[in-house]
Amino acid sequence: MIKTGAEILCECLIKEGVEVIFGFPGGVLLPLYDTLPRYPQLRHILVRHEQGAAHAADAYARVTGKVGVCLATSGPGATNLVTGIANAYLDSVPLLSITGQVPTHFIGKDAFQEIDITGITVPITKYNQLVLDVDDLARSVHEAVHVALTGRPGPVLLDIPRDVFQARTEYIHPDKIDLPGFKPKLFGHPAQIKKAADLVNSAERPVIVAGHGVNIARAYAELKELAENAQLPVVTTFLGIGCFPESHVLSYGWLGMHGMGYANKAIHNADLLIAIGMRFDDRATGGVSTFAPQARIVHIDVDAAEIGKNLKVEVPIVGDVKNVLQVLNKQIVKRDHIGWLSQLDDWRAQHPATEVRDHEGVLPQYIIRQIHEATKGDTIIVTGVGQAQMWAAQYFFYDKPNSFVSSGGLGTMGFELPGAIGAKVGCPHETVWCIAGDGGFQMTVQELATMVQEDLDINIAVFNNGWLGMVRQWQELIYNKRYFGTQLYNPDFVKLAEAYGMKGVRVSKKIDVRPAIHKAMEHKGPFLIEFVVEPEENVYPFVPPGKTIVEFLEMPSPLGSLKK
Amino acid sequence: MIRQHILVALVQDRPGVLNRIASTLRRRNFNIESIAVGHIEQPHLSRMTIVVEGDDANVEQVRKQLDKIIEVIRIADITGENPVAREMAMIKVRATPSTRSEIIQIVDIFRANIVDVSPDSLILVVTGTQDKVDTLIELLRGFGIREMSRTGTIALPRGGSGPLTIEEHKPLRHAVEQAPPEEEILPDW
Repeated sequence: MIKTGAEILCECLIKEGVEVIFGFPGGVLLPLYDTLPRYPQLRHILVRHEQGAAHAADAYARVTGKVGVCLATSGPGATNLVTGIANAYLDSVPLLSITGQVPTHFIGKDAFQEIDITGITVPITKYNQLVLDVDDLARSVHEAVHVALTGRPGPVLLDIPRDVFQARTEYIHPDKIDLPGFKPKLFGHPAQIKKAADLVNSAERPVIVAGHGVNIARAYAELKELAENAQLPVVTTFLGIGCFPESHVLSYGWLGMHGMGYANKAIHNADLLIAIGMRFDDRATGGVSTFAPQARIVHIDVDAAEIGKNLKVEVPIVGDVKNVLQVLNKQIVKRDHIGWLSQLDDWRAQHPATEVRDHEGVLPQYIIRQIHEATKGDTIIVTGVGQAQMWAAQYFFYDKPNSFVSSGGLGTMGFELPGAIGAKVGCPHETVWCIAGDGGFQMTVQELATMVQEDLDINIAVFNNGWLGMVRQWQELIYNKRYFGTQLYNPDFVKLAEAYGMKGVRVSKKIDVRPAIHKAMEHKGPFLIEFVVEPEENVYPFVPPGKTIVEFLEMPSPLGSLKK
Repeated sequence: MIRQHILVALVQDRPGVLNRIASTLRRRNFNIESIAVGHIEQPHLSRMTIVVEGDDANVEQVRKQLDKIIEVIRIADITGENPVAREMAMIKVRATPSTRSEIIQIVDIFRANIVDVSPDSLILVVTGTQDKVDTLIELLRGFGIREMSRTGTIALPRGGSGPLTIEEHKPLRHAVEQAPPEEEILPDW
């Protein structure tokens, strides 16, 4: 059947299972926006800034496991996506960005709103393409989605000129992929898996380090089976949070700069690390030369280039972690590791990292814990980046996979609001809490309008401490309290919410925290709570940069006694 | 150990491939000493020879990163395989009636060819290893080199088949990997 490029794009997206597009129109996209209403299966959500479209599609992909789609016009629309694409790249998120481009006869002539977006996004996409011929469009969409989702997921971009949207051709849906250079290894080498099993079976102080890859591969059951069969303690990475239930007796928190002291001690003293779907990021390892000095390392990852990148490993296994664990689990003998686990329990008792201390003022940690209690842990938490993010990771207990959505690798402030939109659209039956700092919240605050327009039932907690808190904390602890460029003059967040047409309350007393949380949850539609929190609260534990992960600073005791 | 590495890659002929490869090398702080690209016996494919300097572990890391580029079909570091590596240079050298015969002698020793003669200069073409070309250039420098153009190194591994050889019975077709039977021995992880 003869169709236009715009129609072919819509048909292809539907074929690929796409249901939602986060977009913002513009000149060269007009032929597509003229076509979209004829495809009501594709829900279009109008954001207020293209960065919001990319983050929303990113979070949508994280919670659903499907490809997230964002749409932007040429020039500034496309460049506004860049932060969002980079965010997806570093966190391995299957994101399809579609950008409009000036008509083909204008390309290379610095036409109005022309920018070389495929050139700009080379280092932050897994694959991108400028589609110059309408006959290539269907194949390009099919290939792009396949690449985004297969192996280690990642962002892809298609740049489509206006005249390609308008051109007509016979539409045949491509059923084959022909990318001879794309060869992800999905099944681990049996001999390597055997070696790994031998190490696991003979280890005395083993620790599993489970990363985002377990969440991506949805290998929760396999991970649990491995941990339980051999009684292996599980430490997750920051993005691995939720891939193993934190209430499980074998769960020992997450590692790294703000990770739990006992998790870091477990890693440091282990004789074997079974690293699964993680990449030894510097925020996780601290000083890499002194990381896990006694441990032999088994590293399972679908991306061969991640193995041996940051540190040497003894048994590399390239493969999808779900497939690899299925084979590995068959070769694991039952163990109990009683001595080792009780050692870990002692460390956990010595370094309580998730206790909320008694304090009159409104502590951010207390708020997070109250949200956990009010939701019974059954919610999706979406965070920005900074102190609020760390408290949300530490003081909420995540038992559900993919219930913690956060910008890990890129550390993008401003991810929280659009991220919450993507999470809610992807999981409309889940409650969603957006945990925002006053800094990051204002970076993408315009997306409140999107929430109101779409009437999304999102609960927003803004932690107003009047500072860019994490930077202030570093200035306090590392730069001798020379505060500069970190104090915020803030708007009235409640009035701001009301101006956008949503409900909001301000909480500045501890006693009002719980009622406000319940009020937000009972309310249908977006609801904002501004929490006026302790202004100079710090995130602990804290491993100063470059230090070994067991050299963590804990909360100084004069601040208040710990509630046991 | 820092040394020169020769990477050879089979890539799809698509716009942007060179950009992606250069960008990956730049990001890892590799200086590209030379890069040579040309078509091969198969349609729609090109072969690249990239010469970089670096330590073995870093080059292996960047090789893996390059291998992830979708348009890169195969890539190998053939440094250790004693490959046949050659480059070509065209050199325009000042030649007066008094120096011309001396230059021609040198050209003969190096089995280079003179391809253009003008009253005050010669253009000669030389093919050989990087060392040979370097040595010739040094010898000619005294006469006055007016202009010069060198190709990058191109290289083929010795022996019947190399890491980039396309076997006739195994067409380059992408298919999603299937689970291997349990006892099958797979190539290196």
